[in-house]
Amino acid sequence: MPQDSKAAILGRVRAALRTPTSPQVMPPKAALELAESGPARAEAIRRSLPTGGENYEESKALFAEQSAALKTRFVPVPSLQAAGDELARMAAEHGWSRLGAHAGELVTPLAEKLGLETVMTDGGYDPNELERCEVGLTECDALVAQTGSVLVTTRSAGGRALSVLPPHHVVVARKSQLIGALVDAYELLESRYGDAYPSFMTFITGPSRTGDIERILVLGAHGPKELTVLLIEG
Amino acid sequence: MSVNTVQFQTDADRMQQDGDRREFLRTALNGYILTRSGQQSKYGDYEAARTTAAAIKWQAIENLGEHLERFADNLEARGVHVHWCSDAAEARAAIVGVLKKHDAKAIVKSKCMTTEEIHLNELLEKQGYDVVESDLGEYIVQLRREAPYHFVFPAMHLKRGEIRELFERELGDAPTDDPEALTMIARQALRQKYLAADVGISGANFGVAETGMISITENEGNARLTTAMPKVHIALMGIEKVIPRFADLAVMLPMLALAGTGQRLTGYNSQFAGPRQEGECDGPEEMHVVLLDNHRTELLAHPEERDALRCIRCGACLNVCPVFKNVGGHTYGTTYQGPIGSVITPHLRGMKDWKHLSNASSLCGACTETCPVRIDLHHHLLRNRHSAAESSGGWAERMQMRGFALVMRQPWLYGIASSLGRWAHTLSRPIHGTRLDPVYAWRKTRDFPAPAPKTFQQLWRERKKDQPPRH
Amino acid sequence: MNVSLFIPCFVDQLFPHVGLAMADVLERLGCTVDYPESQTCCGQPAFNCGYQEEAAKVADHFLRCFSQSEQVVVPSGSCAAMVKHFYKDLFRDTPREAEATRIGERTHEFSQFLVHQMGASDVGAKLPGRATFHDGCHGLRELGVKSEPRLLLEQVDGLELVEMTEAETCCGFGGTFSVKFPQVSTSMVEVKTESIEATGAEYVVSNDPSCLMQIQGYLTRQKKKPKCMHLAEVLASR
Repeated sequence: MPQDSKAAILGRVRAALRTPTSPQVMPPKAALELAESGPARAEAIRRSLPTGGENYEESKALFAEQSAALKTRFVPVPSLQAAGDELARMAAEHGWSRLGAHAGELVTPLAEKLGLETVMTDGGYDPNELERCEVGLTECDALVAQTGSVLVTTRSAGGRALSVLPPHHVVVARKSQLIGALVDAYELLESRYGDAYPSFMTFITGPSRTGDIERILVLGAHGPKELTVLLIEG
Repeated sequence: MSVNTVQFQTDADRMQQDGDRREFLRTALNGYILTRSGQQSKYGDYEAARTTAAAIKWQAIENLGEHLERFADNLEARGVHVHWCSDAAEARAAIVGVLKKHDAKAIVKSKCMTTEEIHLNELLEKQGYDVVESDLGEYIVQLRREAPYHFVFPAMHLKRGEIRELFERELGDAPTDDPEALTMIARQALRQKYLAADVGISGANFGVAETGMISITENEGNARLTTAMPKVHIALMGIEKVIPRFADLAVMLPMLALAGTGQRLTGYNSQFAGPRQEGECDGPEEMHVVLLDNHRTELLAHPEERDALRCIRCGACLNVCPVFKNVGGHTYGTTYQGPIGSVITPHLRGMKDWKHLSNASSLCGACTETCPVRIDLHHHLLRNRHSAAESSGGWAERMQMRGFALVMRQPWLYGIASSLGRWAHTLSRPIHGTRLDPVYAWRKTRDFPAPAPKTFQQLWRERKKDQPPRH
Repeated sequence: MNVSLFIPCFVDQLFPHVGLAMADVLERLGCTVDYPESQTCCGQPAFNCGYQEEAAKVADHFLRCFSQSEQVVVPSGSCAAMVKHFYKDLFRDTPREAEATRIGERTHEFSQFLVHQMGASDVGAKLPGRATFHDGCHGLRELGVKSEPRLLLEQVDGLELVEMTEAETCCGFGGTFSVKFPQVSTSMVEVKTESIEATGAEYVVSNDPSCLMQIQGYLTRQKKKPKCMHLAEVLASR
């Protein structure tokens, strides 16, 4: 019975820990204290990991650098209008005919402007229909400069599948959404959703990739082969 | 010798003959080491990050009871079904129970070593379920009907030509040796599986006690698809995977990526906070978390070895281990290969049958040096040797050691042994290189030095006689 | 400075010239060198096989032999690590713990002793040729020996020091490991020697005679040219 196992496991755990741990294998006391603390801990993590930049320009440069390394296409554009032009150009270049999208302040006008056959995920959708889309267009919660990641949740990006099922994922973000480091991203998630987290949050770091065959990088193992980030700076 | 020891020796012998395969492994792992060190150099203070990661996992293990309870309570508050399982049989039963409840037929899995540990696939296949591994490497080894070679890089032992032949045989499709083309064949084969699956089964890299979430790290997107499309999501995780706080991930995720694959951050780091919610457009209707003990609490009971439960299964210790590089993953015969596997397997599966793993190490310490959560791996191997000697050491070895201690404590006995050794060396010359030779195993491939004509002690006395004392 | 030599059992039996070379270098630098004659072994063979009780008996003998020594110098990183690190564990919570700690603090691996205790770098050695250095694992990872032997070797007149790619990779000796798992041990030394050969070095130098026994054993069997030399032998050359 599961309930019995719960009591049994917790009983074994507590019995095991009654013998104190050998000091030989303990991390330094200072580290343990730091791990308990709040802001000091975040600051320590920020300092020890790769930098996320001190200001917008630095962070933007870092995001661009990481994107290049990850083979993410990062395109800063001056306005929503310009983002629309870039999307139209990409649609023509790739010959897109079907778009997956969700309702959003940025995505809605862009999707309308593109004028392709569109599967909207908001009210539920047929996965087979979404699978036939060549591109998924979403918003995000943040762009993380430190790692070149796009943070999306079910709420910001039209569910779980829209950003992973179509072979090309296009993210559109505002200047204010570019943040420095992962610690900042977790602070943001806590302050934005702390009372009611969405069921799914993910840091997307480049297009889907694998190195399972002879360590040779192949993009588009299961998810998108291409990831484009449009950053609206105006 | 146990069956496992014999198997290890036989497989190690075979690998020693296969210089080509060893070279192939070494090239791959040296590539990893290069990528990793490049990425590590970008850290502000890597050693500090390592200490923080170790401290976080440390706190998790030190207060495991509270964290587990909190984790489970928070999961349940999110509508997740939590199953507590003492052993592999209970975990298999819990999973099959969910499959039956939903009348599931087709199951898609994303990479999960814990399911290997409980031999889930064998059971499900036997019961007639259609189970497919979706991680490319796992998919390849599943098609070959063999165990993962490395718990992070399951198919790293295979060359592209072998994979082409496999796909040709199993999928009837493989035009070239090109890794990209081969990957695309797998992509095509698996796409429909996600859409058709009734249940998705995943593992979990971390369980967050504070918020009741699980976190999954992957590169391919297969875990995302496994957990987005089917109507039920089951996650199997060992009880040691729990961490205290949500924000701990801000350091654990990059450290896992760096140590695991040499990346700044792995392709997808997803956190799951329950099944699809009101107002969400997709995701599973039901989510289950299966918590597995399976002898982990026995390891926890060791005050000197419980820190092995800090392990985040990054695989870094395998990647730098000269033994792993030269014997390969299958030789271990364990779910978890390499140094960490050699440390924990005797505790999880029995000291008597697995103690040879503690000896199959030169104790070089490369594993300890690389571990992102500072597990004292090679000293644990040493401690395991001690436990093995106490619980199941052989009579002959014990006598040898007693003799050794006796001789080394008595300088006069040491002197006699030294002379006897010289005599024996001269007398035994005819049997050198034969099986009667006491250093046969050494001399088969290497020369063994003859004793010096005079010992240091003798030479020192002569030297002192020749030299006037210094003032 | 008064220095006691600890000559590990296998050096006493197989490589006594390494011990003499070490004594020569120490004396050249002005040390007064003695050799407590009752010494035998540090106990590591038993310890590494898991026989702590037996190891403790041998270690106890070691502590008695060196109880009067001001400094103890060892031509092996592995044996030095045993005394410096593992004696503390072996005697934890016993009456011998303080003594084990005290002697551990006074015990030094040869190159660390020269650089840190004597402040030496140029010991007046001369050896023409090209050499590569193999980092013995216990010296490297238990004691942090890395820069010291290189600093000393760079000052040797006529010697060109070339790094091999696998300098920090284990040679495969590992004590009883080399006999219990001869095939793995041989694979490892094969990798090591390939890396050595790639440098074109004539000499393979290390601070651990046990590694050199393994490497030389394989090189000789394979009829390969490079010759193993202990750091002390190189520094004693003139």
